[in-house]
Amino acid sequence: MEDPLEVRRAHRVIDALLHRHPKVANWAYGFTPPEHGTVVLVHRRVYILPNRLGWMFGATLMLLLVGSINYALSLGFALTFLLAGMGLAGMVHTARNLARIAVSVGRAEPVFAGESAQFRLYLDGRAGHDRPAILARHVASGAQLVVDVPGNGIAEVVLAVPAARRGWLPLGRVMLETHFPLGLFRAWSFVEPDARCLVYPRPERSALPPQSAEAEAGGVRSPTPGNDDFAGLRGYQPADSPRHVAWKAVARSDELLTKQFTGEASAELWLDWQLLPLGLGPEQRLSRLAGWVLAAERRGVRYGLRLPGVELPPGRGDAHCNAALQALALHQP
Amino acid sequence: MSAAVPHPLSPGSRAVGARDLAWLTGSLVLVAAPHALRAPWWLMLLTLCLLGWRFWFALNRAPLPSRWLVLGVAAVAMLGVWMEYRTLFGRGPGIVLLVLFAGLKLLETRTHRDAAVAAFLGYFLIITNLLYTQSIPTAALMCVALFTLTATLVGLSAPQRGQRANLRTAALLLAHAAPAALVLFLLFPRVQGPLWGLPQDAYAGMTGLSDSMAPGNLSSLAQSDAIAFRAEFAGQAPPHAQRYWRGPVLWDFDGRTWTIMPAAFTTFAPPQGGTRYSYDIVLEPHNRPWLFALESAASLPDRSRMTLDGQLFATAPVRARLRYQASSAVDPAPGAGEDTRLLWRARRLPPDSNPRAAALAAEWRAASSNDAEILMRAIAFLREGRYTYTLEPALLGAHPVDDFLFASREGFCEHFSSAFVFLMRAAGVPARVVTGYQGGDLNSVDSIITVRQSDAHAWAEGFRAARGWVRVDPTAAALPGRVDVGLARAVPRRESLPLMRRPSLEWLRGARDRWEALAHVWNVWVLGYNPERQRDLMSLVGMRDADWRALTATLFSVLGLMTLALLAWSLGRLVRPDPVQRAWRAFCRKLAARGVARAPYEGPRDYASRAARALPASRLAILRIGVQYIRLRYGAHPSRPGVVKLRRMVRGLRLA
Repeated sequence: MEDPLEVRRAHRVIDALLHRHPKVANWAYGFTPPEHGTVVLVHRRVYILPNRLGWMFGATLMLLLVGSINYALSLGFALTFLLAGMGLAGMVHTARNLARIAVSVGRAEPVFAGESAQFRLYLDGRAGHDRPAILARHVASGAQLVVDVPGNGIAEVVLAVPAARRGWLPLGRVMLETHFPLGLFRAWSFVEPDARCLVYPRPERSALPPQSAEAEAGGVRSPTPGNDDFAGLRGYQPADSPRHVAWKAVARSDELLTKQFTGEASAELWLDWQLLPLGLGPEQRLSRLAGWVLAAERRGVRYGLRLPGVELPPGRGDAHCNAALQALALHQP
Repeated sequence: MSAAVPHPLSPGSRAVGARDLAWLTGSLVLVAAPHALRAPWWLMLLTLCLLGWRFWFALNRAPLPSRWLVLGVAAVAMLGVWMEYRTLFGRGPGIVLLVLFAGLKLLETRTHRDAAVAAFLGYFLIITNLLYTQSIPTAALMCVALFTLTATLVGLSAPQRGQRANLRTAALLLAHAAPAALVLFLLFPRVQGPLWGLPQDAYAGMTGLSDSMAPGNLSSLAQSDAIAFRAEFAGQAPPHAQRYWRGPVLWDFDGRTWTIMPAAFTTFAPPQGGTRYSYDIVLEPHNRPWLFALESAASLPDRSRMTLDGQLFATAPVRARLRYQASSAVDPAPGAGEDTRLLWRARRLPPDSNPRAAALAAEWRAASSNDAEILMRAIAFLREGRYTYTLEPALLGAHPVDDFLFASREGFCEHFSSAFVFLMRAAGVPARVVTGYQGGDLNSVDSIITVRQSDAHAWAEGFRAARGWVRVDPTAAALPGRVDVGLARAVPRRESLPLMRRPSLEWLRGARDRWEALAHVWNVWVLGYNPERQRDLMSLVGMRDADWRALTATLFSVLGLMTLALLAWSLGRLVRPDPVQRAWRAFCRKLAARGVARAPYEGPRDYASRAARALPASRLAILRIGVQYIRLRYGAHPSRPGVVKLRRMVRGLRLA
């Protein structure tokens, strides 16, 4: 079962079988996905089988036993039986290395399609002894990492799962595996924590659209906040970008202040689904809109987003940008 | 499914690190070290060079030599082994090749799996050492090797972990293995080997008496300190001078060499009279079927027969340490007559051999009236001849008896007995040579008599019509001290006695006595555990006539219990939820059964108040449980009565 190809072949057959019978799958894996909160790998969920080295060790034991019988070697028997006992103890130790680990998930920061979602898993040993050489492997993508869980401590595993499409990316099934301490047995277990990562559409680089007609036609130039000219200080609001915090002023007084700017570019920009060329497919539209959102944010203009059924009033800043990207990610055309 | 991702824990793909390689090499050196005393020196040197070469590669991070080069080295080494032994099979060359292959395997060890296979080979090499000796020091050395090999395996599967922690894990594993090993050792159904024919040289190096005696045989055997057997007497042991342990009886003489006659067995007739002794003997393997007992054996040990000339035979060559019960009568009443064909055989001599001795014997015959007188004359002749007892006698010519009696006048017991029996036969008196052991050391610690190869002795028996076969010890006759005090006093000081036999090393012998008492216990209780002892043990615990099925069933039930105990240990060490948490969970389950499940984000206060609103009938009880839980969970000093109270409140909660 060592060979990665072999593992995959065996998995594929079993997976196909279990896919057809989800109830059997839930029984076999010992849980019903997805699992909320902290998942404890009880013994029932830990599988163990000898690996190829284990079988070779068994063959060595047989040789030793036959040699001991043939030559009537009392100490040969003692050696053979001590090694057999060690194999037995090794089996229990291997299962122990995995059993009762508590798996919890951390927050996965949103990523753009085409990047890798960084899922954080926390393995809590919950035991006085350390648990070395534990492999966490994302079943679907093959992303994997080996960690040592310290005694009475927590190890963090970051699984980089490729995010191909926009929308919610569920973590899916993760396999935990160990061969410690003797390398003769492979113990493994599956978890499917309730973790997901938001995947924004892949941003397309393109020029920003002209500013909206309403803003130009309006004529009245109210001093809308912009990026160009410094206009004064005001009290800090949580939505303000850290780039605009007046750090020098903060150093003088304890109060957080935000610099205010006005400018020509402060005109409102509408990023509108309807304004895109008709020939574009929905995914391409979302990609271009995502690119525009990023470009507009970089420029510092106030921008609003119009999608069929969704309208985001103009705004600026990280929260606004994230909201716009989330709307694009989750849009159902 | 993604493209092929290498499995990071797979032993087949993980490279082995320098630390683990060092441990592996050290373990293999430890295992192979005892073989260095036996194997040809150049091969050990070659193996060491291979190990050193592998290390050079590891330190320089150089790619390992090509497979062809390794195969070339293997071929050259095998040729060398063939030149040394003229064969590649058998125990000696086979083991030497295994040691060599361990070195070669290391040279192509790249991955975790290669290293683990080399470690398995190391386990196997341990048992090859046991083929030669199973003594306590070997066992201790092999225990160390077993530990380091196991630590190597642990290190291989946790390369990032400190070696100190790995050593601890290895020790823990072996400690957990020990009870199972003991149970397996005691209960595994034992089969008496061998399962098939063993190589020709399997029992090479076992020393002991042989079935023939030529000048120089015994004196070379007498320089060995190896133990022949140990005897444990039920009461008082007979004095040193009466301890003649009978071995092969030699009948046929070709002028130089005495040989046994083909074994012919008789129905056992115990001797009458004499002083009785009963004792246990633990016989070291000597690859011959004969057993030793004091003259004259008064009972037959289990599974043994007696030959016409009074020697005990086991049913098969003794190739493992054998324990048997025996009893003997010292100085029994005169025996019966003897078959005339045998008496004829006991007078036979080759023609024209040793003419001077033959002439002397004929002279005695003419001057004597009966056989007893001839016997007395011979003894007197030897006593007055001023013969010298030596372990390094002069080489003898074509007529060895003549040369000894009249020229060199020095010899070992084989010369004396051979000459005496020759003289008797030449004078017409039936006589035969008896080989065996004489004496033995009484161990001051456990009162066990240890008989060594250096106690090997040869004496004679003459036949007299009225008394049957009578023992005559010509060596004792010529040198009275030999049988009373043993070899050490009888041999002149300047000669090279075995180290321990030298009188000046008395203090060393005391230490050796203690050590040998320990070794005896080891031999009897550890090495001597065989199918019979297993049966004895089983009947001790009430299982009479335990066959292999009963043994297997017992074995598996005990092993199963042990595994369960181990599992309980592995669970018990893990943290269990505390009683407060368990009570709270029970509370949540009760409420969930009424449709008010706790949301994952909900704290105890919010949950309790929501549940109280949903189930107004039990409002107060629910709120109080919430408050109690918060006090215990987040309070400064959770008290034991508080926990009990919470548990009672949860148990008493009745939801309408």
